Amino acid sequence: MSARFAAGDRVRVRKAYPPGHVRTPYYVRGKEGVVSRLIAEHPNPEERAYGRDGLPPIAVYGVLFRQNELWPDYQGPEGDTTEVDIQEHWLGPLKDDGG
Amino acid sequence: MSETHSHDDWPYPHPKQPDIEDGPLTDYMAMTEAVAELLIDKEVFSADDMRRTLEDIDSKSPAEGARMVARAWLDPDFKARMLEDVNAAAEEMSIDAGTIPILAVENTKDVHNVIVCTLCSCYPRYLLGLPPDWYKSRAYRSRLVREPRAVLAEFGTEIPDAVEVRVHDSTAELRYMILPMRPKGTGDMDEDALAGLVTRDCMIGVTVIDRD
Repeated sequence: MSARFAAGDRVRVRKAYPPGHVRTPYYVRGKEGVVSRLIAEHPNPEERAYGRDGLPPIAVYGVLFRQNELWPDYQGPEGDTTEVDIQEHWLGPLKDDGG
Repeated sequence: MSETHSHDDWPYPHPKQPDIEDGPLTDYMAMTEAVAELLIDKEVFSADDMRRTLEDIDSKSPAEGARMVARAWLDPDFKARMLEDVNAAAEEMSIDAGTIPILAVENTKDVHNVIVCTLCSCYPRYLLGLPPDWYKSRAYRSRLVREPRAVLAEFGTEIPDAVEVRVHDSTAELRYMILPMRPKGTGDMDEDALAGLVTRDCMIGVTVIDRD
């Protein structure tokens, strides 16, 4: 495994809107979260959707976001969270993005 | 369907119930039919293979997941293995959890978990059976991440503010299931009786098990 991030790392999701089969939901793009786990390495579905092999495999992480970060007007308690599975090329270390 | 008709011996007309073919045939439906026919014509698999596979998928039910939850409540070592690898733990019980990895997330007194797939409708079908229609609805998929407590309240589930509500959006390579908390007052129950308490909805996380 050559995973770039480890559990506990603070990351920011790329704020990008490429066309095609993309698994990163809009509502987390540009948002800050914390890696909760390395799930596994998988062939890239963004490539496989178009008949390519998606290799080399890409690390997929569980990333935990505070609801207050995702939705500035979130009505619930501070502690509420959402966890989303995100591929490594969608994540950058927080400091790279001015965070 | 606004068409109405009446029966000879019954004077009151009632609306015609639409047949399954009365909905629009979408491009994807036409493509699915065409690809299936081609694969059968080319003898990649037979019509009976396809029927058998669909029957097998349809036969899955939340009872499989419930058995695993009950075992986890009774056997801490099994629970640890299940939290590590649901598919392997299922195999120990001769349950086929399929090839897609499933992750069990445990509810505790501090965290209440609930699952959704905002992009489509990913669901741990091998252990929970076919998803309910509301799980696939746009309302559930868009609102659960936006206002989870309001959605839970519509299911009759009130989570105290001191408990973190954690939504799991299964967007990628994992399917999720919830390992609910064992209710109080069940100390004398055996595995079968405990499994009977575990419902589909509590393994999705839209409710908790309440024995009052």
